[in-house]
Amino acid sequence: MQVINQNIKWYQSKFEAFEQSLNGAKSTSVHTIRRDAMHRFVELGFPTTRQEEWRFTNILPITTIEFQPILRYELNGVTKKDIQRYMLDNVLQLVFIDGMFSMELSNINSHPIGITAGSLTEMSREHPETIRSYINNMVMGEENAFTTLNTAFLWDGAFISVPRGIVLENPIQLLFVATDREKVYAAQPRNFIIAGIDSQFKIVETYVGLAKNTYLTNTVTEILLCDNSIVEHDKFQIEGINAYHIGTTHVQMNAASRYTSNVISLSGSIVRNNITARFNAESAECILNGLSLGSGMQLIDNHTVIDHAKPHCSSHELYKSILDGASKGVFNGKVFVRKDAQKTDAKQTNKTLLLSDEATMNTKPQLEIFADDVKCTHGATVGQLDDEQIFYLRSRGIDLNAARDILTSAFAGDVINRITIEPFRSQVERIIHDRLNNNHTSS
Amino acid sequence: MSLLEIKNLHASVNGNEILRGINLTVNAGEVHAIMGPNGSGKSTLAGVLAGREAYTVTDGQVLYKGNNLFDMVPEERAREGLFLAFQYPVEIPGVNNSYFLKESLNAIRKHKGLEQLDAIDFLALIKQKVKIVEMDESFLNRPVNEGFSGGEKKRNEIFHMAVLEPMLSILDETDSGLDIDALRIVSEGVNKLRSKENATIIVTHYQRLLNYIIPDVVHVMKDGRLVKSGGKELALELEDRGYDWVHEEAGQTV
Repeated sequence: MQVINQNIKWYQSKFEAFEQSLNGAKSTSVHTIRRDAMHRFVELGFPTTRQEEWRFTNILPITTIEFQPILRYELNGVTKKDIQRYMLDNVLQLVFIDGMFSMELSNINSHPIGITAGSLTEMSREHPETIRSYINNMVMGEENAFTTLNTAFLWDGAFISVPRGIVLENPIQLLFVATDREKVYAAQPRNFIIAGIDSQFKIVETYVGLAKNTYLTNTVTEILLCDNSIVEHDKFQIEGINAYHIGTTHVQMNAASRYTSNVISLSGSIVRNNITARFNAESAECILNGLSLGSGMQLIDNHTVIDHAKPHCSSHELYKSILDGASKGVFNGKVFVRKDAQKTDAKQTNKTLLLSDEATMNTKPQLEIFADDVKCTHGATVGQLDDEQIFYLRSRGIDLNAARDILTSAFAGDVINRITIEPFRSQVERIIHDRLNNNHTSS
Repeated sequence: MSLLEIKNLHASVNGNEILRGINLTVNAGEVHAIMGPNGSGKSTLAGVLAGREAYTVTDGQVLYKGNNLFDMVPEERAREGLFLAFQYPVEIPGVNNSYFLKESLNAIRKHKGLEQLDAIDFLALIKQKVKIVEMDESFLNRPVNEGFSGGEKKRNEIFHMAVLEPMLSILDETDSGLDIDALRIVSEGVNKLRSKENATIIVTHYQRLLNYIIPDVVHVMKDGRLVKSGGKELALELEDRGYDWVHEEAGQTV
């Protein structure tokens, strides 16, 4: 049922205009998918807090603002200098401005041989059937309005395919930059990452807001891991302070593959990360780690779903939040263990550090187990800095603020240290350190 | 001027008076032992001196190097050279032992107007100091006290003390839970750090530590007061006769 105030009609009219601009391309098979998605979006409407999955996450502002879908590239004055701080050196780098691929800011000189990497628009032109076959292939399970909206306006994003047996030494970086524009807008990149059989690589997905105004990032990333592939996928989110960020990641894992995700969320006004990982075959491993830093009135929500559909798979999950000011955190971790998924090993941990009396955390482990020979554990803690530890540090000459910083950084370090891309980890450490220091000087 | 002068110190926890009039003077170059049965207030005294927030000072005065100790927050006391070796050293997961010490030492050096030590000089210093407590260098890069055995934790405290070079060290039950080898190592460490300029207060339940660290003065604490003081022989007498006989003389000798 739709809520009256929602801006559904706005998107419908934008979709019609989009269709008209396509002319002949309206009849392609990709567009059929878009049209179906739009139809579905209208049926679903935006979620409300009356729905279980959104109980603690009030997205009312997102449903009432008329966000202009971005479908044309504009550099909008962004220079390499503006984003230098977030770029990794000498790696294959695809840069996007407000969701659209920027050739001029990207670094495709460091393109490793054998892999396919480029903008979705370009790939759709060259290999339309390949792209079509991937869309929604990996998005499954719970349909949500944001995913369907992304699909309805599917236009640009990153397409990465690492073929069989290729092992990449350097990471690949996808850098999504948000700028201020005349109109309030929605950047909706759609990314596809395909790890071929026996391939190994690491990918960093960075979301940076240069914008001060309100905008919406509604991003969807679909990842397919073929047999024996190993992927580390790090997402670093430092959107603008007034940004809304809805990030959806869908992962399909085949036999003996290993997927590691590290999601670091630092900014944005309302943030929702959805990760769904599904085991399609046996002996695969999935590791999901997350760190969220909330301050002010921020709301940071992490929803994860791990679907143990096959036996002999393991999943390890560690999500941590550090909440200051009047910020709110949400963690919801679903683990399904299907009837046939014997010998499943699933472990989930959620830990929260509250730095102020006003900060709140809602945490909900949700294990649904239908197999009988499995090992599943979960644990959640919410607490403050330990007084005894603070006193110990102070009694050795370290002042109160520094002691709090050291302990807070140690709490965060537990997740950050799981990032194995060295220059990236240092970058994250530096930015988090600056952020925690800022919290002090402002409080 | 004495290093430490405690005059009629009263302190309470949650409204219960634990210290009921402590008088104690410690001069540079001296080692004092404070002995006493469990619950006599020994650890409370150590905590009050280091600045634990749980304790409320209700009366009396403590002068440290001539200044009012209670005007200083714990980190200022530490920077002025006061050191507490914890009875239960605190585990700090995620914080590297040598990183912690470097922050600590540099905070103290900054306070003294000395230059910050860089990574290389600091490493050279701690590698030399870690030998004093016969600790493996691998302990430097482990999280502070995490996964350390009881003895390793106590050695780590003395190692910190060796690096920070305090003026006044308070060892709170440092001997408890130590096997004989660890006891020897810890004691030798303390003895090596003894000088004419610094002083040590050893808080202990047992006499055995005092076989290794010879005190100048031994005090007996009972019910929140120092009821008897004497030379190192007093410790042996306490070992033989227990604490019960002391209170009979209380008030007469102090």
